[in-house]
Amino acid sequence: MSKFKKDGKKGLPAISTASLPDIIFMLLFFFMVSTVMREVELKVSVKAPKASEVQKLEDKSLVSAIYIGKPTKVLAKKWGDEDRIQLNDAFAEVNEIRGYVEEKVTKIPEYKRKKHIVSMKVDSDARMGIVTDVKQELRKANALKINYSTLRGFDANKGE
Amino acid sequence: MKRETPEISAGSMADIAFLLLIFFLVTTTMDVDSGIVRKLPPPLDIEVDPPQINKRNIYTVLINSADMILITVKGQDPRPGNIKTLRSDVKEFLRPHYPDDPRFPETEKIELDVKGRTIPYYKTKGVVSMQNDRGTSYKIYIHVQNELAGAVRELRDELSKEYYNMTFKELLDSDNESDKEGAKQIQRAVPMAISEAEPADFGGKQ
Repeated sequence: MSKFKKDGKKGLPAISTASLPDIIFMLLFFFMVSTVMREVELKVSVKAPKASEVQKLEDKSLVSAIYIGKPTKVLAKKWGDEDRIQLNDAFAEVNEIRGYVEEKVTKIPEYKRKKHIVSMKVDSDARMGIVTDVKQELRKANALKINYSTLRGFDANKGE
Repeated sequence: MKRETPEISAGSMADIAFLLLIFFLVTTTMDVDSGIVRKLPPPLDIEVDPPQINKRNIYTVLINSADMILITVKGQDPRPGNIKTLRSDVKEFLRPHYPDDPRFPETEKIELDVKGRTIPYYKTKGVVSMQNDRGTSYKIYIHVQNELAGAVRELRDELSKEYYNMTFKELLDSDNESDKEGAKQIQRAVPMAISEAEPADFGGKQ
């Protein structure tokens, strides 16, 4: 007659999952704070070239993007494989840039408008012809501050 | 008899949080946009002639549609350029040479205000002019831009190390008012003298 009778059916004690929501919430908050909303769906494939003299663009609300590159594989059938310009969510022609820039500028509060910057996200295999056209159009639209979007990690002595 | 309110199960809380988490993972991006910041010249005024620059002060970098670089400086034969040596070459050209040396650009005497002292400085009048073809690839264009920007940045660093004992970027990002003023002085002494020629069409449309 032992005082401590074994109960027979005694499995592992269940691990409490009560703190699981807390952990998930922590992750959630981390992602909410550290990321920004994706604005556009890319219709052109852009592989940015590399550079070393790179600056970060701090305030996303002051940046409007222009994408230049070849249409993605899915869209290549319909749109061909020439370099194309993408503004917002659609392909665009060079003459639409002025309207696009004006539209973007009006969204910025007036006292910050001088800091408006156009980020050119151009594929490294694109030709300068189309880039020059876009730049000329930006000059006409008086959007003179531009940024050539690049990745870090270029060393002229090593090549890439 | 008082009835106890039944407790609401919190078991599905984790699932709800997961759903939210996945939603944010899918719809957001983390990448911060970075790149080479440049200022375009304002649109050309037809009535105003572009300023005339002494030929001796211009370092021309031409890139053709086969991505080959040609460098032209007055008094020297045009020579093929190499991306590896471009930076040091441009640095040598833009470094002020005083007393006047006909192989290098002219200089102009300005006065710098460094920590309350006035220091005479011979600022170069040299300008790097960049011209490319419509068929030039964007990649080589960016690489050349990068090397030119790098040359100017290194010259600024040298000067700011000499006068302020820190790099130009440290000076620019400093919260200290006098450092910010210092950054302005450095910018005045070493301007970002990179100009792009008005586009010309050499090789036909690509």
